[in-house]
Amino acid sequence: MTTFKNKRFSRRGFLAGTGMLAAGISLPSSLLKASGSSTLNFYNWDTYIGETTLSDFKSSSGIDVKMDLFSDNDELFGKLRAGNPGYDLIVPSSDFVERMIIADMLSPLDDNAIPNRVNVEPTFLDVGFDPGRRYSLPYMWGTMGIGYRKSKVDGTPDSWKWLLDSSKYRGKIALLSEAGDVLGAAFKYMGHPLNTTDPKIITQAEQLLIKQKPNIKVFAPDNGQDLLLSGEVDLAMEWNGDILQVMEEDPDISYVVPKEGSVVWEDALAIPKGAPNPQNAHKFINFLLGAEAGAAIAEFIQYATPNVAAKKLMPEEYKNNPAIFPSDTTLKSCESSIYKGEEAVRLYDEAWTRVLAA
Amino acid sequence: MPSDRFRAKNENSRKVFLVTFLPPTIWLILFLLAPILIIIVYSFSQKVGLINIEVNWVSDNYWRAADPIYLKIFAKSFYIAGITTFLCLVISFPVALAITKIRQDWKLIILVLLMLPFWINLLIRTYALIAVLRTRGFLNSGFEWIAAHLGLRFEPIQFLYNDTAIIIGLVYIHLPFMILPIYAGLEGFDETLKQAAEDLGSSSMQVYRHIVFPLIRPSIFAGCMLVFIPALGSYLTPELLGGTDGQLIANVIERQFKHANDWPFGAALSMVLIYVTCGVIAAWLLVAKRKES
Repeated sequence: MTTFKNKRFSRRGFLAGTGMLAAGISLPSSLLKASGSSTLNFYNWDTYIGETTLSDFKSSSGIDVKMDLFSDNDELFGKLRAGNPGYDLIVPSSDFVERMIIADMLSPLDDNAIPNRVNVEPTFLDVGFDPGRRYSLPYMWGTMGIGYRKSKVDGTPDSWKWLLDSSKYRGKIALLSEAGDVLGAAFKYMGHPLNTTDPKIITQAEQLLIKQKPNIKVFAPDNGQDLLLSGEVDLAMEWNGDILQVMEEDPDISYVVPKEGSVVWEDALAIPKGAPNPQNAHKFINFLLGAEAGAAIAEFIQYATPNVAAKKLMPEEYKNNPAIFPSDTTLKSCESSIYKGEEAVRLYDEAWTRVLAA
Repeated sequence: MPSDRFRAKNENSRKVFLVTFLPPTIWLILFLLAPILIIIVYSFSQKVGLINIEVNWVSDNYWRAADPIYLKIFAKSFYIAGITTFLCLVISFPVALAITKIRQDWKLIILVLLMLPFWINLLIRTYALIAVLRTRGFLNSGFEWIAAHLGLRFEPIQFLYNDTAIIIGLVYIHLPFMILPIYAGLEGFDETLKQAAEDLGSSSMQVYRHIVFPLIRPSIFAGCMLVFIPALGSYLTPELLGGTDGQLIANVIERQFKHANDWPFGAALSMVLIYVTCGVIAAWLLVAKRKES
């Protein structure tokens, strides 16, 4: 049972990702160019599918799914930027869907081949990063927020203030280590939109973070949940799935989305240009959006599903878990991250370099 | 005829030369020279849109790399790598000396133990170090246990997430690279030279200063290079052990190739690092040569 528990929630395979960086190479792809029409090459996050999903699909359709894993969006983007090495289906997150659309790396979806599209919750059918959902359909979603140790924190730390503008928890705070995530939280705290590109506001956020730096223990490269679990910090800016993982191990840990709002992320199913078996990819998307398959995946990985039919089949404890499904009012204050253009990406990175060097 | 024989011999040695040196040469050209050339070309290019890179031989990326913020990060990387090298040297010399003094059959065991960590992935070793150093880690628990027995109050020491942690991590990882060459130098050392100096009235300090150090200088130099260069480009250790200002130049470069999506600028920063490293080695060699003459 313990191995089962440990296997779940680890969508962001941090260890694997850094390991590859440490070696300076990415692992040779196990991918053999798809042979025949009964295969599908699926490029997915680690531990991000149901235990029997692939074999269930094979028995219902006869299609063999070969799955390769990536550990972050940059790796996915990097692998496909010089041309599709043979993948039929990929799972980029919100703003990377938009990036890939702009870079002409995705094929439009054929809605007629995906009747289960009707199962998708209507709010997910028109999103900023893919207007009208021409290129992608949602797979799972979640939020960014604050993971905290209940016994060490006064009440619920439901404001970014405690992380970004206060010395109350000095030395007990971990923030994420990517420019967009941290600056985004600072923008929300200061009352600006998440996807701000105004250089003046970026500078203000930069100054806020530099001022707060002495109170921050570490900018954690996506291992804030481990720091929280080991007692290294009491508050961590993290993705809900990562905190859910440690909440299961330690009941003293909880998760809240700050009242100023935050990031709501989504991982989407998309077909890259040059896919050898696009028909099979459509069939598989349709299968994943089905009620039973969707529920089996949600049951195993415990992320929020945008699939209404699947959600209906899920137990109450899943549907009512605020760390998985935040309240509607909370969600209203959240925004999804969109692609902000290369100029803004550079501004963000330079601001972040200055924050780290200060 | 002697000239025929000479020609045959010459032909033969040419074959030997080709067989032994061609494969490594091709290897180096393909996997070292060619990639560096590609990086050089990238560093003079410009990003167009999201994924295209236009080679137009502009030096903008280098000017951008000369911004004080990046120079400061370069300086910090040199500082950290320098301290790491110095500490490795100070620790390694006595260790290497001790290894030369022990019994032959123990020597092998000690050397194997020294090299054993190389069989474990760097990432795993770094995580192990985190488990040792963190607030509730093995080191603090050990101190706490001792303090409790002495009846003292103990506040956990914050070993992790600062520059000291980076240096501890780098020294730990690179120590064998320093010990092994120094050990090799000392092992081949002619003991009679030492005895001669002692017979002529040198103190043991003087023997080391005037006889041993100068003669094993090449080994020390090799060890320093083997530690300094990888420490300068270290990425994982500052990423995992460093604090809020723990970024070194490799971390900035990594961001350019990944999140900031600016390969030409990342390439320029990489090239600056290579130029500066070569410069430092050249200067070092020059100083060493002048000292000898």
